[in-house]
Amino acid sequence: MSDTQKNLPISDKAVESVTRSEELAYELKIAEVMTASPRTIQACETMHEVMVTFRTSHISGAPVLDQDNLVGVVSMEDLIRAMANSDLDAAVRNYMTARIYTVKGSDPVIEALKQFVNTHVGRLPVVDENGKLIGILTKGDITRGLLKALQHDYAHEELIRYRASHLFEDIVSDRTSLILRYNIAKGDFTHGGSASSNIKRALLRLGASPQIARRCGIAIYEAEMNLIIHTTNGGVIRVEIEPHQISIDIYDDGPGIKDINLAMQPGYSTASEEIRELGFGAGMGLVNIARCVDQMKLESVWGKGTRLKIKIFLQKNETVGERYAGNKEKS
Amino acid sequence: MKVRDVLYLINGQLLSTTADLDREVKGGCGADLMSDVLASIQPEAVLLTGLCNPQVVRTAQMADVAAIILVRGKVPPQETVDLANDENLALISSPFGMFELCGRLHRAGLPSLEMPVSNGNSGCEC
Repeated sequence: MSDTQKNLPISDKAVESVTRSEELAYELKIAEVMTASPRTIQACETMHEVMVTFRTSHISGAPVLDQDNLVGVVSMEDLIRAMANSDLDAAVRNYMTARIYTVKGSDPVIEALKQFVNTHVGRLPVVDENGKLIGILTKGDITRGLLKALQHDYAHEELIRYRASHLFEDIVSDRTSLILRYNIAKGDFTHGGSASSNIKRALLRLGASPQIARRCGIAIYEAEMNLIIHTTNGGVIRVEIEPHQISIDIYDDGPGIKDINLAMQPGYSTASEEIRELGFGAGMGLVNIARCVDQMKLESVWGKGTRLKIKIFLQKNETVGERYAGNKEKS
Repeated sequence: MKVRDVLYLINGQLLSTTADLDREVKGGCGADLMSDVLASIQPEAVLLTGLCNPQVVRTAQMADVAAIILVRGKVPPQETVDLANDENLALISSPFGMFELCGRLHRAGLPSLEMPVSNGNSGCEC
């Protein structure tokens, strides 16, 4: 079992947010998370003055300037050294860290993280393109900045969901509907299912229940794969969403189905060996669709094309729900 | 049982990085034909399959699958991993074969989430 444990380095619940915060470390700029216009100290001040400043401003370090030029950083550690030497009247320049590492405000946060790791300093002065001090950065600033950005991401998805779910209430008409349209290319297995995926997401955002979203997802996915596998030129999926029902139209211009009754038989398939190797062509597609929807109408003319119309009702008393494929009830 | 428990039981290697490993797994389903999966699987199951193409992830997403387990140590193409990451779905590879995996998970208490699919005609107004 040691193998298993070796394979479980990501056994942290925070996995999702860690990767997102890693992304954010590249997206966020240092200037967005730093403390701008920080308290500064002049190099000619005494360490005693530094102590007073730290105490009154509640800070534990500050950049040191000589006039306008950044010449060092003084921290609590330097102050303690001065105190241990009973040397609080000494000038700051005698105790500050003069060798300064800086970061640019326009750089991504990841650059600052690297500096922290390499230099072991507690704070980094942030400068602009001309080397002028614009802020100070601690690891705490980075943590706060990342958390804020993550919260923002989360709030954004919530907002989308909220807006979408109120769409039908916010717009007043005699009959409001939302129409989604997708063109499906023949043979495009790489993107196969992306339309159904987008539709399912849209339904969830609009506030549909997981069951409804799942039934629509499965039905449309099967239909989408049928368009990819069986049509001459691909086809179209058109979804009309209304507060009381979802109507889906899937149509193509050929080749059509020779025998619809046969096509509806579970296990009947005209798919090639190649398609079957991809995991399709089990002959369950249309059966699956029928199982997931409340109404289904399949029309096809050999040589002309096929049109599949399905409906899912959103009122509880009208919908049949997902059925076993073996149930013989008619919709 | 959680996805992380499943990982442990099957010596699994996690191939996707964005999934929630504390997601609850309610049972299992094993199949290589995607329509079979869609026809029979109930929500929140682990899907055991030998198929590695991106359609596995799409199928899983449509059927509310909690995690995908690729049998016999199969390594999927990058598109499959990318899609799993996009959809925050756990994609796991296990060195064991289908039979061994079903056995291990069933023995550990995971019920079958495969619904019966009979050969009767289904409802359709044609």
